Amino acid sequence: MPEQKVKAELIDEQGLERTITRLAHEILERNRGTEKLAVVGIRTRGAPLAARIVRKIEALEGKRIPLGTLDITMYRDDFRRKIPMVRGTDIPFEIDDMNVVLVDDVLYTGRTARAALDALMDFGRPATVQLAVLVDRGHRELPIRADYVGKNVPTSIGEEVQVRLKEQDGEDSVLLIAAEEGK
Amino acid sequence: MEFRRKHLLELEGMSREELTLILDTAETFREVLERPIPKVPTLRAVTVANVFFEPSTRTRLSFELAEKRLSADLVSFSAATSSVLKGETLKDTARNIEAMKVDMVVIRHSAAGAPHFLSRCLEASVINAGDGCHEHPTQGLLDMMTLRHKFGRLEGLKVAIVGDIEHSRVARSNLHGLRAMGAEVLLCGPSTLMPVEAERWGVAVTHDIDEAIAWADALNVLRIQRERQAAGLFPSLREYHARFGVTRRRLERASKDITILHPGPINRGVEIESDLADSEFSVILDQVTNGVAVRMAVLYLLAGAQGALEGS
Repeated sequence: MPEQKVKAELIDEQGLERTITRLAHEILERNRGTEKLAVVGIRTRGAPLAARIVRKIEALEGKRIPLGTLDITMYRDDFRRKIPMVRGTDIPFEIDDMNVVLVDDVLYTGRTARAALDALMDFGRPATVQLAVLVDRGHRELPIRADYVGKNVPTSIGEEVQVRLKEQDGEDSVLLIAAEEGK
Repeated sequence: MEFRRKHLLELEGMSREELTLILDTAETFREVLERPIPKVPTLRAVTVANVFFEPSTRTRLSFELAEKRLSADLVSFSAATSSVLKGETLKDTARNIEAMKVDMVVIRHSAAGAPHFLSRCLEASVINAGDGCHEHPTQGLLDMMTLRHKFGRLEGLKVAIVGDIEHSRVARSNLHGLRAMGAEVLLCGPSTLMPVEAERWGVAVTHDIDEAIAWADALNVLRIQRERQAAGLFPSLREYHARFGVTRRRLERASKDITILHPGPINRGVEIESDLADSEFSVILDQVTNGVAVRMAVLYLLAGAQGALEGS
């Protein structure tokens, strides 16, 4: 595997904590509290981010928020180009009439968010679906935008935004990785 | 781990990693079956032909449901209503189906090896839905899934397969799959229904059902085909039941909890007491539900692998 060239650290550990706090406040403000609010993280890194946002909201409001995890593999439009492994969805609550905040790490082409919307609708009919992302790096291929953005980062196509989380990677950081030579 | 097989023809020779991948994937599809809308768009671009040269209710329905739950297009074919009756060969039948741009073929055939033969003639992925006395891999997988659910593991589990081992494709798939997963297998049945190759498999054999019950955590009770009695392989169904039938009295005598599987259809009162088939020991209906999930997993993994192998 070629060595990755880190161009910049976009968010560090403290920055990530502050961003999660801000996203939690924005979600609460827009939904006017926690009534009928639920949070669903998109596997893989959206899931721990969703859990962190929920913990923050619960700490701020002192109320329990339903938390779920969504695997969108079965809804991808590039199935048969690669062999995606399904890892399971766990939404242990009714989503009917709920205000569901979908959480993902990076918003890029919009195809993951599109698939997540399809997947979520198979569980019921939420009142609203909102999208929260840690990083919006642009290059949308579908008419999708996020309601809550941790950080907007203009990128070139070949660059990669790499979100690293303690739960999965042992550290908290968001890195901008340089485009490979020739790309 | 990536799944790199184009066909599912048998469990013999499959690694523990491959089997685990299929079983893990099936768990996620079982969750899909519990959803308010138990359907996903995953195989929208895939066409599956179900080619059944032998009667089947459970397996065929299970495959059809799995295909529909994955949004595949499907065509079904049964020999009784097809040009096979006019003398068309298996190869011609299959190639005609493939010329209609089918991606996957699910085949059941009375001849062992028919799915292997097709896999050599066709570009499509071939799934063996039971071939003669050879194998029934998806049945073996759903049995393993059911046992894993019940016990939380397969490693070290003691499973006795009871009945007509000689003519059972279910027994062979179970044997190969379970042993690859680290389970212990005991074969139990009359010596006339025990294959000579059982010794070559290196597996323990008994002709005493009470011994099998005393040893096992789970019994996989096979269906006794009535034509075997007509062929003189055992004297009467009544005698078979008396010597090999799984009964509540036998379980009570062994005084132990045991899990009972049966691939269906059941001959109530022959290989198993009717009441026992519906009892707290039975996981027969779980097997049916798991069958759909396992077949979804197999279709999903093969379709994905096919795409990757073609480099599409």
